[in-house]
Amino acid sequence: MLNFLARRLAQLVPTLFFVSVLIFSLQHLLPGDPALAMAGEERDPAVIEQIRKLYRLDQPIPVQYAYWLKGVLSGDFGESLRIKAPVRDLIAQKLPVTLQLGSMAIVIAFLIGIPAGIVSAVKRGTAWDYGANLFALWGISTPNFWLGILLIFLFSIKLNWLPASGYVPLTESLRGSLASTILPAFVLGNAIAAILMRHTRSAMMQVLESDYVRTARAKGLSERSVILKHAMRNALTPVITLGALELGTLLSGAVLTEQIFSIPGFGKLIVDAVFNRDYAVVQGVVLVTATVYILLNLVADIAYILVNPRLRG
Amino acid sequence: MSDAALAAIGVTASNETLESPARRALRRLLKHKGAIAGLVVIATFILLALFAPLISPYNPIATSWTLVRKPPSALHWFGTDDLGRDILARVIFGARASLLAGLISVSIALSIGVPLGLLAGYRGGFVDALISRITDAMLACPFLILAIALAAFLGPSLGNAMIAIGISATPVFIRLTRGQVMAVKIEDYVEAARAVGNPPWRIALVHILPNILPALLVQATLSIAAAIIAEAALSFLGLGQQPPAPSWGSMLNAAQRFLTNAPWMAIWPGLAIFLVVLSLNLVGDGLRDALDPRQR
Repeated sequence: MLNFLARRLAQLVPTLFFVSVLIFSLQHLLPGDPALAMAGEERDPAVIEQIRKLYRLDQPIPVQYAYWLKGVLSGDFGESLRIKAPVRDLIAQKLPVTLQLGSMAIVIAFLIGIPAGIVSAVKRGTAWDYGANLFALWGISTPNFWLGILLIFLFSIKLNWLPASGYVPLTESLRGSLASTILPAFVLGNAIAAILMRHTRSAMMQVLESDYVRTARAKGLSERSVILKHAMRNALTPVITLGALELGTLLSGAVLTEQIFSIPGFGKLIVDAVFNRDYAVVQGVVLVTATVYILLNLVADIAYILVNPRLRG
Repeated sequence: MSDAALAAIGVTASNETLESPARRALRRLLKHKGAIAGLVVIATFILLALFAPLISPYNPIATSWTLVRKPPSALHWFGTDDLGRDILARVIFGARASLLAGLISVSIALSIGVPLGLLAGYRGGFVDALISRITDAMLACPFLILAIALAAFLGPSLGNAMIAIGISATPVFIRLTRGQVMAVKIEDYVEAARAVGNPPWRIALVHILPNILPALLVQATLSIAAAIIAEAALSFLGLGQQPPAPSWGSMLNAAQRFLTNAPWMAIWPGLAIFLVVLSLNLVGDGLRDALDPRQR
């Protein structure tokens, strides 16, 4: 276990290094003079000169990178050129909103995906199985921004049950907060539910054919107890790890979903930054997203070993 | 064991094994009802895109102030949009941007990803470690977020969106190719090819690549679906196809602003994306089953 951890952590260093190089080099994709491009509409030579100084654009690229990395490692992601605030503060302000949305989406995904996968494996070949498979196919094929628009039309405009957009923080009102996030959380959770359902189905089908399930049945246990106690526990272990890999889907999905529902989270931050040509913010958001994703994968790997006694040792 | 190796052994066994692996895969694919339906829908959309000027009832960018936001009617089957343009015409022409984006971005991903994957898997050592860590780094940035960031820095246009999506889709192909090469390169026929003195590039291209094609084909189909959604997403955000040229994503963006008065604007472009992506996923699932040598 310790050995594995050490190896896994040693691998993180080069990966994080390349992530930082990748994100740093984004600014050199800007056509023409980066200082001019970053200034956008601004044509004041003094401003352009200030940008050039700020990003050390007059120095060699490796030097620029070294300065940038030094800042990033001490938590300084630069300054937003439009909002005139440190990128770090913007991220710290928006991240909790997306975390709330993401956690709700994960809960919804598990509540739909896992029962659907179990039912479809247990009742293989029946209408239940077809229904669950159709749901999964629908879930992975529906663009989430379209689903979001359709749900706004149905629940906000036609039925007038839920607000069409905007966000109420949890600290303000629990009810209002849930009402403002339930639709986007469903949109995000739906796609992941479909993937979880497929994983659960194939894991359950494998487990149901195993010897210990046959033994449990032979002992005369009820079918309910065989499935819930013996089969499900073993089938869900890989599903949870595979589910962790879908966090990337979740973060990607949050971008458009937050845009459509006007939720001031992480995804909206990057979109607004793109519109405002606020490149430091774009870089900061991608960097934080990638780091969060890498760390979550590490946690998932460790969790997998902890719940799987055969891999401990 | 690979299909090619099995086929070689089975030459004298029975008629059934004489069938080439490609033929058998095709026969099995055609038994898959979902895949057939998917192929029919995709073929329809390809025809719509190719012959758009002949099929489309109206000019997709002709605006009309007397026809602003009219609901579907006999003259305008899908209704008209906020500038009085025919939505059916825009959906038909929009197929061009979507299908082209799917095809070109996945071609970019394949043409960078497969050679790098072959190199990493076949050479191993430092080259492999370097390519693998870069791949890990790219995979750590969620697909759509990386595509948005790249498109933002490259500048908004359909071409740049395709490049951004193509680069973002590349690491999946590097990793897949590398894994497949590692599995195949220990096979006896690769050893034999090396023993008779073939140069490495020839072994990689002639002996290894054909055997990993099935896996690449399945992934490419699913990646085209993902690329089409990504193009729609980028166009929705204004980073893809630029107005007035039609694209399903930008049509949905306009639709959201008029959802209360003109809900039909939101139905058709979304339905088109959904149908194409659903069909590609069906074909991808069908291909996976048909090409899986374990299911006979």
